[in-house]
Amino acid sequence: MISSSLVIAVSFLYLLVLFAVAWFGDKRAAEGRSIIASPWVYALSMAVYCTAWTYFGSVGRAANTGLWFLPIYLGPMLAMILAWIVLRKMIRIAKTYRITSIADFIASRYGKSRSLASLVTLITIVGILPYIALQLKAISSGYAMLTTPLGEPRQEIGLWLGDSTLYIALALAGFTIIFGTRHLDSTERHEGMVAAIAFESIVKLVAFLAVGLFVVYGVFNGMGDLFAQALANDQLKPLLMLGQGTQEFAYPQWFALIILAMLSVIFLPRQFQVMVVENVDERHLKRASWVFPLYLLLINIFVLPIALGGLLFFGQGAADPDYFVLSLPLAHGYEWLALFVFVGGLSAATGMVIVEAIAVSTMVCNDLVMPFLLRTERFGSRASGDLTGLLLMIRRVAILGILLLGYLYFRVAGEAYALVSIGLISFAAVAQFAPAMLGGMYWKVGNRQGALAGLLLGFALWIYTLLLPSLVKSGWLDAGLVTDGLLGLAWLKPEQLFGLQGLDNLTHALFWSLFANISAYVLVSLWTRPEAREASQALLFVDVFERTASTHPVFWQGRAKLSDLRNLTERFLGVDKAERLFTEYARRLGLAQTKDIPANAQLVQYVETQLAGAIGTGSARMMVASVVEEEQLDLDDVMRILEEASQLRAYSKALEEKSLSLEKATSELRAANEQLKSLDKLKDDFMSSVTHELRTPLTSIRAFTEMMLDDDEMDLEQRRQFLEIVVGEAERLGRLVNQVLDMAKIEAGHAEWHNSDVDIQSVVKQAINSISGMYLENGLSLNLHGEHEEIAPIRADPDRLMQVMLNLLSNAAKFVPHPGGIVDVYITDTTEGVTVGVQDNGKGIASNEQEQVFEKFRQAGEFSDRPQGTGLGLPISRQIVEHFGGRMWLESELGAGARFSFFLPRLKDAQQLERTEEESA
Amino acid sequence: MSAKVLIADDEQNILISLEFLMKREGYQVSVAHDGQEAIDAVAKDKPNLMLLDAMMPKKTGFEVCQEIRSNPDNADIIILMLTAKGRDTDMAKGLALGADAYMVKPFSTKELAQKVRELLGAAG
Amino acid sequence: MLRGMTSARLVALFLLGGALLNFPLLALWDKDLTIFGVPLFPAALFIIWAGLIASLAWLMEYDEH
Repeated sequence: MISSSLVIAVSFLYLLVLFAVAWFGDKRAAEGRSIIASPWVYALSMAVYCTAWTYFGSVGRAANTGLWFLPIYLGPMLAMILAWIVLRKMIRIAKTYRITSIADFIASRYGKSRSLASLVTLITIVGILPYIALQLKAISSGYAMLTTPLGEPRQEIGLWLGDSTLYIALALAGFTIIFGTRHLDSTERHEGMVAAIAFESIVKLVAFLAVGLFVVYGVFNGMGDLFAQALANDQLKPLLMLGQGTQEFAYPQWFALIILAMLSVIFLPRQFQVMVVENVDERHLKRASWVFPLYLLLINIFVLPIALGGLLFFGQGAADPDYFVLSLPLAHGYEWLALFVFVGGLSAATGMVIVEAIAVSTMVCNDLVMPFLLRTERFGSRASGDLTGLLLMIRRVAILGILLLGYLYFRVAGEAYALVSIGLISFAAVAQFAPAMLGGMYWKVGNRQGALAGLLLGFALWIYTLLLPSLVKSGWLDAGLVTDGLLGLAWLKPEQLFGLQGLDNLTHALFWSLFANISAYVLVSLWTRPEAREASQALLFVDVFERTASTHPVFWQGRAKLSDLRNLTERFLGVDKAERLFTEYARRLGLAQTKDIPANAQLVQYVETQLAGAIGTGSARMMVASVVEEEQLDLDDVMRILEEASQLRAYSKALEEKSLSLEKATSELRAANEQLKSLDKLKDDFMSSVTHELRTPLTSIRAFTEMMLDDDEMDLEQRRQFLEIVVGEAERLGRLVNQVLDMAKIEAGHAEWHNSDVDIQSVVKQAINSISGMYLENGLSLNLHGEHEEIAPIRADPDRLMQVMLNLLSNAAKFVPHPGGIVDVYITDTTEGVTVGVQDNGKGIASNEQEQVFEKFRQAGEFSDRPQGTGLGLPISRQIVEHFGGRMWLESELGAGARFSFFLPRLKDAQQLERTEEESA
Repeated sequence: MSAKVLIADDEQNILISLEFLMKREGYQVSVAHDGQEAIDAVAKDKPNLMLLDAMMPKKTGFEVCQEIRSNPDNADIIILMLTAKGRDTDMAKGLALGADAYMVKPFSTKELAQKVRELLGAAG
Repeated sequence: MLRGMTSARLVALFLLGGALLNFPLLALWDKDLTIFGVPLFPAALFIIWAGLIASLAWLMEYDEH
């Protein structure tokens, strides 16, 4: 047991820390250095989904039904997979039209309907009360658990004013008011609050993991031990199985719970607040969409072990499983751990209450109170004066009201239900928003009457099938209502409506309410005509991704005065803020002064959007309408404006395309120019090489002939030697000219090819025969290896192949020692083609020079004893081989000879063959 | 004592013709077959004049020229560069690296002999 | 084009996840076995869950680049 003063002191200290975090967050936001502009903080703020329900209730549910606590977290997992598609669209719409709540979203989509906004707000308040009650119950029970000696019964809840829960509710209300309504912002963003929520998410995760580790490794000897003990226990073992041993597994309920959680994670007011309204940058969604499910997974890992641990330790029915996380550490004397866990639970509860209350209070203010207030003389369109203070006051009262109502529900129904069951009632209520929201985002036909009908029917059925029975079970209504049906009519039994049986009460309620909701929404939408304003809003919502801000069509026509609009803005947003907004607007138009702003449809829309952020779309519409002279739009006008906008869009798109294609053409030109330049350089290098190669023999020829001409007395022997050199150089020149021409022809594709079916082996033999004389003269040996009986023919030009062979053989002869040189020719035949290798026993070629030998005018080896050659033989040979689809390569090591090989494929592919033939033709 | 001429070229036949020509002019001739040999030859026995081919293996004529000029002791060696690439940039490069004169292959033997005489005469 | 592919992949992953976490595929794991001392059914649920998170993370962080 821990003294109550200590618990209270620690709790308040913790709330102070939270407040410091929020204060810091707000301060940094004001300085423009946001601390929440990170996908990680965004994901952590989403974890406000995990409330006291998760923290305490999941363990309780696991202790009773095993894995049934999980669908509530598997649903969000599935929902977040689609976040990038659905949630991003929602964010984009909300940002574009300054939408700050679900009520606003639905109302705005269906023609800025005030009746829809009010209805959604009412559903939210009624639906969310059980959920708030749940948090109050968790805190008060947790507090009682900590401060009551173990084993003693908890104290009876005191009378109204003696009930500590009431004070908890009041304290939370005060805290939320300080948090969320210190100033008014037209975007309804609360950076400090988000920072505090993210901080709380860390605290609750760490605290829960701490108690989980304590139970698994402190109380038991790890997971294996814990599960082994549980499996050995006949009462606990079923909890670990899907079907829980005996009874039939309720798949419909499992499925329904997943669907319910999927919808709730998006449509709960606090989730909409943190995910959509507080979103800083929609790209954060990318990371948050998987980090948030990861958070859920982490916080759920120890739920089952703690539940089993509690049951094993206390025995079944001995302690309230909802509070195992507290009772287990307490029972083992770890009071500080219990206190820490309590703070974690407090985190979970306060986080939920703060965000939920702020979100709902915005709705109450903008969509319930303001529309009525603005109709009165005092605050209406003719009145004047700054209303920002009034707006804040309404919100503060709303927050207090919500928490007190939550407390009321707690007193009325709270004790009869476990935490989770209370929460599910709320889930089912917000699920009613799904058809109108999702339909509104993706289905242009959905209209206001359809949405109204769907919401009304769904909500009515929710009250009848879920809320009423909950009040009956708490003893506030006659039990006969549930057992016998309304007015004693059996087909009106709330939990077996129209005789529908076989479903548990939640699935039953969810089925009927959503079925009626969707049916009414779709059918009424299909059979009624939307008003012009609905049709235009439908277009703006559904096609939000297809327009940029500048090409949004503006569905408004009439006359307005700048001063009227300015005054209106000042009234609701304050003078300073209005000045900032108008300056910004003028700057965007490129105007120097705000008084030059044209009072056109764009301005009207701008002002209305800004106001919508502060007072809701419905009220903003009403206020703007009251200060301008509007002309009623009909459907034809909507279509006309849309047409104009799309023309404008098409025009700007065309412009964009034109500039894109210009850009492309420029870059293509540039690339072509670069290519020309590099080709030019290649040609230049080639010419320079050719020139060099031509000039070298010419130099010798000229020098020797001039010297002989000058010197009549030169002896005959000398003259003869010089003349031989001249002849040799002249021959070299001739060869060079021929090969350069040959090379140029092949490269340009002008070479002549006379293809036929060639027997490669006979070509090789011919080449060997024709060159063997030269080999013999120099004392070299030349041998053919791997002779075949017959080699299937290859399609090629025999003369060209002969040229290749002679080139390789004469090259080899140059590089082997004289005498004593040995050259071996190998032929290998496979089905793919034929490989011919020419191996010499020369000095070999270093690996870094091997690729160079195939380059033009490059010769390998020591240049001092470089044999005469043009430096074009190998490049030409390689080109020839490649022309026939083959390849030529060199294997060599320095000092171990060189082996030049080429491979010619048998072209089976008819097309390829044709291609070769065509080129030859 | 006649001037010492070092001829550096990788083309055997050009080497033969230049050697013959220079000997006929009455100079003491030594030869080198590549850039490295040329540098070694200079180090061993400093010539009065070098006929230096621009394109040689191991070290190009330009590199040889630069290396020789980097040693102040070799400042008085006259370098006549020979090139088969008659581009202006090549000539400018050679002169910039410290060559005294430049001739494009194929050259007239008379002009070459005349040029060598001029260069040696001016120096001596 | 690529954006369209990511959306399609997300929808596919969503459908796959929905199928894996419901009847009848869920019943595959309802066996009296343990892995590393943890009963098969809870272990399987958490492993499927982790797999979905990993796939989603991969799609969100690395697709389209």
